[in-house]
Amino acid sequence: MSTQALLSVEDLSKSYGGVRAVRGVSFTLSPGEILALIGPNGAGKSTCFNMLNGQTAPDAGTVRVLGQDTTGLKPREVWRLGVGRTFQITATFPTMTVRENVQVALSSHDRKLFNLVASMPRYARDEAERLLDLVGMGGFSMRACGELAYGDLKRLELAIALANQPRLLLMDEPTAGMAPRERVELMRLTAQIAREKSIGVLFTEHDMDVVFEHADRILVLNRGSLIAEGSPEEVRRNAEVRAIYLGEGLVYDARHRGGVSP
Amino acid sequence: MAFYVVQFLTGLASAASLFLVASGLSIIFGVTRIVNFAHGAFYMLGAYVAFTLTARFSGALGFWGAILAASLIVAAVGVIVEMLLLRRIYHVPELFQLLATFGLTLMVEDLVVLMWGPNDLVGPRAPGLKGAIDFFGQRIPSYDLFLIVLGPVVLGLLWLVFQRTRWGVLVRAATQDRDMVAALGVNQKWLFTSVFALGVFLAALAGALQIPRDAVNHDMDLRVIVDVFVVVVIGGLGSITGAFIAAVLVSELNAFGILIFPKISIILVFLVMASVLIVRPWGLLGKAEAPARRTPGLTVNPWRPLTSNERIAAAIVFLFAASLPFFAGNYALNVGAEIAIFVIFAASLHFLMSAGGLASFGHAAYFGLGAYGVAFAVKLAGLPMAIALLAGPLFGLLGAVVFGFFAVQLSGVYFAMLTLAFAQIVWSIVFQWVELTGGDNGILGVWPEHWAASASHFYWLSLAIAVLVVSGLRMATFSPFGFALRATRDSPLRTEAIGVNGKRIQWSAFVIAGTVAGIGGALFAYLKGSVFPDVLGIPLSVDALVMVLLGGVETVSGAIVGAIVYKALSIWLVSQTEWSKLVLGAFIVLIVVAFPKGIVGTVESIWHRRPSSLRDALLGSKIETAE
Repeated sequence: MSTQALLSVEDLSKSYGGVRAVRGVSFTLSPGEILALIGPNGAGKSTCFNMLNGQTAPDAGTVRVLGQDTTGLKPREVWRLGVGRTFQITATFPTMTVRENVQVALSSHDRKLFNLVASMPRYARDEAERLLDLVGMGGFSMRACGELAYGDLKRLELAIALANQPRLLLMDEPTAGMAPRERVELMRLTAQIAREKSIGVLFTEHDMDVVFEHADRILVLNRGSLIAEGSPEEVRRNAEVRAIYLGEGLVYDARHRGGVSP
Repeated sequence: MAFYVVQFLTGLASAASLFLVASGLSIIFGVTRIVNFAHGAFYMLGAYVAFTLTARFSGALGFWGAILAASLIVAAVGVIVEMLLLRRIYHVPELFQLLATFGLTLMVEDLVVLMWGPNDLVGPRAPGLKGAIDFFGQRIPSYDLFLIVLGPVVLGLLWLVFQRTRWGVLVRAATQDRDMVAALGVNQKWLFTSVFALGVFLAALAGALQIPRDAVNHDMDLRVIVDVFVVVVIGGLGSITGAFIAAVLVSELNAFGILIFPKISIILVFLVMASVLIVRPWGLLGKAEAPARRTPGLTVNPWRPLTSNERIAAAIVFLFAASLPFFAGNYALNVGAEIAIFVIFAASLHFLMSAGGLASFGHAAYFGLGAYGVAFAVKLAGLPMAIALLAGPLFGLLGAVVFGFFAVQLSGVYFAMLTLAFAQIVWSIVFQWVELTGGDNGILGVWPEHWAASASHFYWLSLAIAVLVVSGLRMATFSPFGFALRATRDSPLRTEAIGVNGKRIQWSAFVIAGTVAGIGGALFAYLKGSVFPDVLGIPLSVDALVMVLLGGVETVSGAIVGAIVYKALSIWLVSQTEWSKLVLGAFIVLIVVAFPKGIVGTVESIWHRRPSSLRDALLGSKIETAE
């Protein structure tokens, strides 16, 4: 039954003016499953993502997290249901130390935001260090977040997203802007954490090595519609997916080039 | 009926000049992203220069030529200002831009008095438009009719310029994406300068056209700028049509409000502004600002609580301050108490600005409400001092709850403009509600009771409260609340994504800051023994801003040093020169251009330099071993 699904999306649609960015997308995600959402630029991946955690309101369709309808909820309310999220362009707090970044999320999870007397630098220090160790940032906890390298910021975002012990992780291009070796490491780490804690992960990605190594299942989005869904092997063989990614050979083919030259 | 029509037409005539100034402000903001606080000053300069020129040249040609020449002269002054000052600060955070242009305003105010004297000047009537037209027994000045026509004509001309000329297309393009316009090879420097010149020209023209209606004086700049801020907040910053609609709306509200609430007509404008902001936070025709592409400040040094050595140093400073009554005279103790009170005031604003990133340009409202709260408690309710002192923070709190709710819906320059407008509204109410507040005459005889009456006792009281307040605010800064506030400032996107209701956090911070300012105001009322509308005025708000800036806006407690240095300096300055605004204005501009980090910030960055080089060396060796 779909009530068992961690995340179930039905008929999600969104238009910007005349552009139908997402049309009738439906899918489900089970606990512990790693699901990749791929598609060429402009396919509607980010729009789709932003509707899942309440950042953008859909025109039609519903989003359910653990059976609860979250359509129309604000991102902060969706987060309280146990949904962590990382952004395509990292969003962290540059004027704080790395550990303080995590501590803010922890204090929010504990509903201590209006506490005016506790000392934040000492707040849940062990838990923050543990999360940073988990993502391999243990040695950086006292560094200023504003001077971190981009790859480290991505890892810090993961630690922040894990602070509320999420059941579901939404990661929008988690490895964008990282060096190749770092990409593989970060996704291995994410997959490992997800499997250990049976967290469901939905991520978008352009790096196909990352996608095919870790995803249990892949959704392919093109021009706002889901055109393929299945295991990496099935998606790899799908003719339509190949056509989208490699072109259909109608325009810039060697034969055409031959035809142009005298 | 005829009376209402005439009232309506008078409102329209006032709308014309308001529209000219507001559209200039909007155009400049659209392209340069600077809210030109000095726009009111250019308006005033236009009026003064036009006064001089119309006195020299007579006849129709002389008068209209003089109006035009005055506007062009002031526009040329604007070009010089843009090239010498604004070009240096286009890249700095918007708070500094607002402050620099405010410093400019202060300088112009004193320069105007220096050149034209302090008295009101009455200009000539416009040749050919001296009479009035009879309308069912009511008289309408024909000059008003001219202004009514002028407003839409200017709107149409601006539309033509922006739609039909190459320059107008560039301006519109730069308003949408100035980086792209620069990438297309357009010389940004001259585009910015020419836009600034046009905006200043419009302001000066409005000022010059005002002389047949009103006397020219040296506080017309602040009056007009507050109205203009209200207009652009309602109409939407960056929209010329919005400015026109809002100018008409505000002027009509003023014209008819005076019939409904003769004493406090400004309430009506406030209510309309508040309801517009709830429905359309970016104004009637404004668009939501895209999140600015910027770092939150100048540096990214994380704050840390005091080390034990620093705590000891702070305790020593405190002990020294507490021992002052044993060797200082009564005058010094009075100055000391005043400094302590301003430390409280500045610290409250600093909390909002540094941790919250919310630069309030009307913080004196809550200080003044605190002072009036005490005055009411003593004079109307006859409460004893210990209880009356609590009325101060209570009034500050109530004011901050109401205004803060609206203010935090906006951010950046909108927040600054709105807080300024709110403060001015509170000031107007206090000034006009003579029965309750005594108006300009203030409330006298608010003296401390016997236990706090002597200079040394009052000094100790102020010092003790200041220390409590500063420690309390420091504690709040390092509490989960303080971090949630900073988080909201650093990245609203991330903050929302980790379950924080940023607006509520900011509202709470606003209320805390308002309450603390109220404590300062309460003590101030007792220190002076009286309360005047000045305690709510814009100059006091600016004093607080300068103290924060001087101490260092990116420090935890820089405002303390800023308040002590600034207050001591200004007390000394007033005794030394008559032109304190000129010196103060120049001082503000100097800080913004040369020392944006402030005293404490500069000291800290020098202090950080050594450890950071050490750290680099350590990191370097780590990398070597890794290889």
